[in-house]
Amino acid sequence: MSKMVPVKQSYSIVPERDYHKSPILEAHHLGIDFGGLTAVDDFNIAIGRTEICGLIGPNGAGKTTVFNLLTKVYQPTRGTILLDGMDTSGFNTVKANQAGIARTFQNIRLFKNLTVLDNVLIGLHNDINCSIPKALLRTPSYWKAEKAAKTKALDLLSIFDMQDLANAEAGSLPYGAQRRLEIVRALATNPKLLLLDEPAAGMNPSETAELMENIRKIRDTFQIAIMLIEHDMNLVMGICEGIAVLSYGKIIAKGTPAEITSNPAVIEAYLGKKEG
Amino acid sequence: MENQKHISMPVRYGINTTLIVLFLIMGYVLTSSGFTNRAQTSLILQIGIYIILAVSLNVATGYLGQLPLGHAGFMAVGAYSCGIFWKSSLASALPTPISIFLGLVVAGIVAAIFGVLIGIPALRLKGDYLAIITLGFGEIIRVAIINLPSITGGTPGLLGIPKHSNFIVVYLCVVFTIVAIHMMMKSRHGRAILSIRENEIAAESCGINTTYYKVMAFAFSAFFAGIAGGLYAGFQGLLVPKSFDFMASINILVMVVLGGMGSMIGSVIAATVLTALPLLLQSFNTYRMIIYSLLLIIVMIFKPSGLMGMYDFSLSRILERILNRDFPWKKKKGDEVNV
Ligand SMILES: Nc1ncnc2c1ncn2[C@@H]1O[C@H](COP(=O)(O)OP(=O)(O)OP(=O)(O)O)[C@@H](O)[C@H]1O
Ligand SMILES: [Mg+2]
Repeated sequence: MSKMVPVKQSYSIVPERDYHKSPILEAHHLGIDFGGLTAVDDFNIAIGRTEICGLIGPNGAGKTTVFNLLTKVYQPTRGTILLDGMDTSGFNTVKANQAGIARTFQNIRLFKNLTVLDNVLIGLHNDINCSIPKALLRTPSYWKAEKAAKTKALDLLSIFDMQDLANAEAGSLPYGAQRRLEIVRALATNPKLLLLDEPAAGMNPSETAELMENIRKIRDTFQIAIMLIEHDMNLVMGICEGIAVLSYGKIIAKGTPAEITSNPAVIEAYLGKKEG
Repeated sequence: MENQKHISMPVRYGINTTLIVLFLIMGYVLTSSGFTNRAQTSLILQIGIYIILAVSLNVATGYLGQLPLGHAGFMAVGAYSCGIFWKSSLASALPTPISIFLGLVVAGIVAAIFGVLIGIPALRLKGDYLAIITLGFGEIIRVAIINLPSITGGTPGLLGIPKHSNFIVVYLCVVFTIVAIHMMMKSRHGRAILSIRENEIAAESCGINTTYYKVMAFAFSAFFAGIAGGLYAGFQGLLVPKSFDFMASINILVMVVLGGMGSMIGSVIAATVLTALPLLLQSFNTYRMIIYSLLLIIVMIFKPSGLMGMYDFSLSRILERILNRDFPWKKKKGDEVNV
């Protein structure tokens, strides 16, 4: 067990209910260079166990790169990442996921030629207990494991009311449904921290409103932390308890939605440009 | 949805098993009663061997999504291991069925070991590089066989292998291969293999150990190629290194590509047709490469996913359709997916 850290002292955006629990994720002085380009630098954050936290910033600020660092798609040049108190240096993407970080992608990366159900079942891969010999011999434990996994997959799909699409080909779904399926697949890996990269991109306002509800529902049901990158300010301000603003790879502000909207540095770097 | 008639799992397995047994009995009777002449029987056996080669290559190509060009190398390893075993005094001391069985198991395992050994370095590379390194492997195997005459018989060949590959032996192996691949693919391990083909980064983000599954799929594919090699040894009665050159690998690849990468039934059909054609049409062999290239070009233009695409045959699915009077041609356009 990691020790209880009064998170509030060092980081400002963890919601009150998570104050006296150790954060699910801490990043200290995280940074990465691509050749001469410093894409992310001195990135510090702590995320509460059940927090919904936003990562915003202008295009090219380095938001997706932060996700790639946290999930070890890129190895950081500097700094440390602690997941649930555990140092993740030396982890690869697979291990990061097994340790509890799941994500969606800005450019949707579904298993397009497979069915919706198979996409979720692949997310459940490590949850299904069935060795190769058992699968080849179709022992009763194979059937039991497959059946349990299917039930679980349909349950997860029902969060977004998608269980009727189980046998549709993932690539044939409309854009919004593909984004939702990615969330379900990520959830299937049983994460402690869910990273959503622009989950509302390409969705219409009513879909976005529904998505907001569902993100909150997911947090409440699974009691996990969610960090999301989003350009839709209504969504960000509506559901995030804490927000970090990134500009040119550096955090320029952290705070509650109210603090962020009134922060002059943010208005200049980001909101100022976007909303005049 | 609720009122659909479903065929339950035991019934499905029952139907499929019955059909397989009937097929084996029928084939056995036809080939052993003199109904088929020698040439026809030998064609049927060759088709069986090529079916195994094609469906096993399909695991690495169609399901895993890699492009290995050394399948004949695994076949060679299996063929020589099996041939040497069957010739050994140990094998002749054993009852024939046991010696046949052990020989094929040895063939598969030795090929699978080579699959792991070559897979670990090769699968770190992608696309063209993987193709080149596996091609190199196939050639190395062939050159090694030529240069180890004391074990392999060298260029003149390994002679006097017992001709164990009759209809039942070959087609039991065909059935075993197809069933094993099917069972693998319809499990969490098979889905993991498919996820790598579909999107490797997403697969890793789902916690799938892609390195492990790549090597595993590669070895699995090599295992059956080894068995096919063993059957080939018992079919020919002699082995020469030339049979396992680069063109042999390409031949198998053409079958998989034409049949549809990722479709087992496609591989079976393509293997059958492309094995039968050259033997049925004498002139085919002269123009073989031209016809292959033309076929490939035509397929790539009109149906790049191959004859059957990724379609996989399921008898019970068809029976269910008939039971539910739900024919694809009756389906309305808007039925598909509504969101
Ligand atoms: N693999 C890479 N190699 C080189 N440069 C990279 C790489 N990945 C990202 N970058 C650079 O890092 C910077 C940050 O990119 P990133 O994708 O993280 O931005 P972002 O904040 O997600 O932007 P957007 O809102 O457009 O998605 C960009 O300048 C980008 O070109
Ligand atoms: Mg981005």
